[in-house]
Amino acid sequence: MKAAAIEFRNVTKRYGQVTAVADVSFTIGAGTLVTLLGPSGCGKTTILRMLAGLELPSAGTILIGGEDVTARPAALRDVSMVFQSYALFPHMTVLENVRYGLVVSGKAKSEADERARATLATVGLTGLDARLPSELSGGQQQRVAVARALVLEPSVLLFDEPLSNLDARLRRQMREEIRDLQQRLRLTVVYVTHDQAEAMAVSDRIIVMDRAAIAQEGAPRELYEQPRDAFVAGFMGDANRVRGVLTRRDAARADVRLGPFTLSLPHAGAPDGDCEVAIRPEAIEIRADGNAPLAATVRKASYLGQLMEYTLDTPIGVLFAISIAVDRPLAVGASVGVALANHGVVVIPDTTQRR
Amino acid sequence: MTDPRRPLLIWLAAGAAGFVLVPWYAQQDGVFTFGWVAHIAERESAPALLQIISHGRGWLAPLGLILAAGAVAAVVPLGRRARANVLIAAGAAGFVAFFAQGFAIGPTGWSLEWLAARLPPLPLGQPGMGLGAALVVTAFGMLFSLGLAGRGSFRGDPFVAAGVVGVTALIAVFTFFPVVRILVSALQDSAGLFTPAALPDRLFAAKIWGLGCVGGGTHCGVAWNTLVLAFLCAAASTTLGLAFALIATRTDFARKGLLRVLAILPIITPPFVIGLALILVFGRSGLVNQLLEHLVGWQLGRWIYGLQGVLVAQVFAFTPIAFLVLIGVVEGVSPGMEEAAQTLRADRWRVFADISLPLMRPGLANAFLITFIESIADFGNPILLGGNFGVLSTEIFFSVVGAQLDQGRAAALGILLLLFALGAFLVQRAMLGRKAYTSLAGKGDAGLPTRLPDGLRRLCYAIAIPWALLTAAIYAMALAGGFVETWGRDYTPTLRHYVQAFGIEWTGHGVLWTGAAWGSLWTTVKLSAIAAPITAAIGILAAYLLARQEFAGRNAFEFGTLLSFAIPGTVIGVAYILAFNVPPIEITGTALILVVCNVFRNMPVGVRAGMAAMSQIDRSLDEASTVLGARGFTTLRTVLLPLLKPAVVAALVYSFVRAMTTLSAVIFLVSAEYEWATTYIINRVVNGDYGVAIAYCSVLIVLMLAVIAAIQWLVGERRLGRRAPGFASAGIDELGGSAA
Repeated sequence: MKAAAIEFRNVTKRYGQVTAVADVSFTIGAGTLVTLLGPSGCGKTTILRMLAGLELPSAGTILIGGEDVTARPAALRDVSMVFQSYALFPHMTVLENVRYGLVVSGKAKSEADERARATLATVGLTGLDARLPSELSGGQQQRVAVARALVLEPSVLLFDEPLSNLDARLRRQMREEIRDLQQRLRLTVVYVTHDQAEAMAVSDRIIVMDRAAIAQEGAPRELYEQPRDAFVAGFMGDANRVRGVLTRRDAARADVRLGPFTLSLPHAGAPDGDCEVAIRPEAIEIRADGNAPLAATVRKASYLGQLMEYTLDTPIGVLFAISIAVDRPLAVGASVGVALANHGVVVIPDTTQRR
Repeated sequence: MTDPRRPLLIWLAAGAAGFVLVPWYAQQDGVFTFGWVAHIAERESAPALLQIISHGRGWLAPLGLILAAGAVAAVVPLGRRARANVLIAAGAAGFVAFFAQGFAIGPTGWSLEWLAARLPPLPLGQPGMGLGAALVVTAFGMLFSLGLAGRGSFRGDPFVAAGVVGVTALIAVFTFFPVVRILVSALQDSAGLFTPAALPDRLFAAKIWGLGCVGGGTHCGVAWNTLVLAFLCAAASTTLGLAFALIATRTDFARKGLLRVLAILPIITPPFVIGLALILVFGRSGLVNQLLEHLVGWQLGRWIYGLQGVLVAQVFAFTPIAFLVLIGVVEGVSPGMEEAAQTLRADRWRVFADISLPLMRPGLANAFLITFIESIADFGNPILLGGNFGVLSTEIFFSVVGAQLDQGRAAALGILLLLFALGAFLVQRAMLGRKAYTSLAGKGDAGLPTRLPDGLRRLCYAIAIPWALLTAAIYAMALAGGFVETWGRDYTPTLRHYVQAFGIEWTGHGVLWTGAAWGSLWTTVKLSAIAAPITAAIGILAAYLLARQEFAGRNAFEFGTLLSFAIPGTVIGVAYILAFNVPPIEITGTALILVVCNVFRNMPVGVRAGMAAMSQIDRSLDEASTVLGARGFTTLRTVLLPLLKPAVVAALVYSFVRAMTTLSAVIFLVSAEYEWATTYIINRVVNGDYGVAIAYCSVLIVLMLAVIAAIQWLVGERRLGRRAPGFASAGIDELGGSAA
């Protein structure tokens, strides 16, 4: 395998009046797994399809391995793709599907068969060569789709929401396998999903997209702990957005007054005065005895098995919180106290409201 | 990777062969008999190069030079873009030069007056173009396409570029050119002089628009006749079709299989069989007339001839088409919505009136318009049963073949008929465009269709069952008629008519085909069998381009492919005579024109069947193939075609059967050498020779049933675990089936 780096330079894609991707630039290092994450219609799939050559950009340049491939047709790019629907050819057997790319590019049948079998073994699928796709389970179809893309040893491998047709249990297993494969073969992988947990689990880096543009990019932890704006904060997990007042800053941190609390938080460049703060649900500590700075009333309580979800009325706003104290549930209407943990509370620097 | 210039070199070689090896002009006895080989140097059969050198036809020289320029561009080292530009220029210049010389120089020299007036006379002209010319113009088209692909149009895919250019060129030559030619003819007088003043007279003549019949007395104009007939026929057919469709889907009616039989009948029935059967039952010496005369002494005479007869025949013929359209619509109404209405306390009448019927409204309009178009295009029934009741299609026919021989009048009537048909067609397209109602997308549409309310059910039965019985009786009569001596006079059973038509004798030297019908039957079968695969190939190719490729002018392309469906057969027939009776394309009287006519008339069915099937194949399959390195042609061949098998079969069967049963267009195009089965039958009917005509019809129906069964059995269907569209409904849903 010869993993290649990817670069988008000011790429725009318009469909008539609609701009699907607006002046997007980013780079993806060779041998890394980068996820394009965002709600539906944000442009992430369009970026993937431009990378594959299935769409051509309206403006801008796309480089793969340092080479300008902007106008090159899909069939001539060294890129493979695993489709959301898998797109397995229903009239061909597993082996015929996997060797298709090799046969089309003129390889001898014996060599194609050998390589196809080897790749099927790589994805852990042996002995099903003669089956039709309709005779396979969802997870097996997924593996065939991956093998079919891998067999060409592409310099870039694309995944378009590959797990969305699987049930929750299988989804976790397959995403671990994809990550494992990528690490083992040192592939450059671009992965599209709208599932934040899936993105965080598999990615080296995540590019969060919103309305045709990049909202923020970075490592999973960076995005969760230092979201640049309210959209990213909200998309990377649940966030309670409350108003605070920023005072006494130094180089990195500032004091933020939040109702009765005064917390020392990274200010991330936010100016003094009113600011917006995101509080992760797990940062909220509920004290049934009410012995805490902030008084609260339980408005809703839901039992989810491994944890409880609460909606709390407080003087600083309605807060959504979780608790692992499943054995001591709180009743609706109970008066409790709320404290905040040291992590999971962040200042959102960009308050120019994106939505 | 092979040399990317390979296709270019192959097509240049084909062009060169067309220019220097094979005859440039059409050969009297066909180019594939190779009689020309011995006379290769002569004026009639020399290739273009020899024509220039030894026969003084220097106007062919630019074509050779342009071809040579393309060859130079292929071999000299050029940038990709520069080569592409040269190829586009050469292809376009070649096209222009090719058609310019073809239209400017006719059999006797300059064929355009203003050229003849300004230029010195030519020593000799040229006949119609032949194989050499065809090869060279194809090569020009390929140069142009490869150039476009080289510049990155059509995503740089040469196959897609060539497909779009090729199909466009074929439609331009064989659909648009004849239609334009008919428009021009309407502006000329019988001597060929340009007399636009004659057009209003021709278009608004009293014979066309007169309203004499309203006040009683004389006849109404044929335009009114056509429209009134079409409205009545469409209304009746749609009502009957709806009744059948409701019975088939929303009742416990036990014999639903019979309804499916009803659906297949019009596809295999030559269009005038019903009319013929009606004559046998209600005609002057028909069963009903004789029975009534015998019992109560009434003399009914010729009462069946006229509007009533044509209407009854057309309603018989087109109700199945309305049924096919409506059954899709009725099935498409989501049971979920009806169930939702029921849970909201609506009784079955309210569900039907408030939910089902409004949802079917676009489908009803569609069925109405399709039967309307079928009716105005119909030729067989009006010519058999019309009597003094003339419609546009028959009037056109009599203008061309009758004593009148007035091509200008035929052309003007053709334009009128074309306008009616196109108008209805455009309304229908516009309505299909907004058919947002029907809801087949339905994941989770597992509900059951609501049963009809009792009163409505009885009404449907009351309408449909007598009609179905009558249909069965008519068909039975049509088949029986071939086995009696003389219908109306002598009902002695006999095989005489079959022997007369299809007799075979064994002699010492082998089989002797003594029957009178064998000639036309073989011609029909052979030419239909040639036309069917071509129709299917062009149709599926066009469908692939339309469904799977984005390119500028896609909507115009789609309109062009579907246009020929809206052109009534009589109009196409007249247009083909006018367009192809003189060089540069002189093919009237040949087998070629019959094949071409059928290919382009039936192509829309292939396009619709292909597009319907392709819309069921997820686009990501093509994309997966593309990403894995396959270009357009490989993807079409290895991924789409195997999955399109049912659509391919449907297109093959339809184009074959429709070609076999077509009448209105071929009646203008047949010759003594190439006679069509349907025109032979019509001639027998006109001569009063009903026995042979009916025997022949029966043989055709049986033959076509056998062919359909055989093709189905041969091609088979591959199960893929996903539902494939059955052939009985593919394509026909929007187009309707019978060849009028």
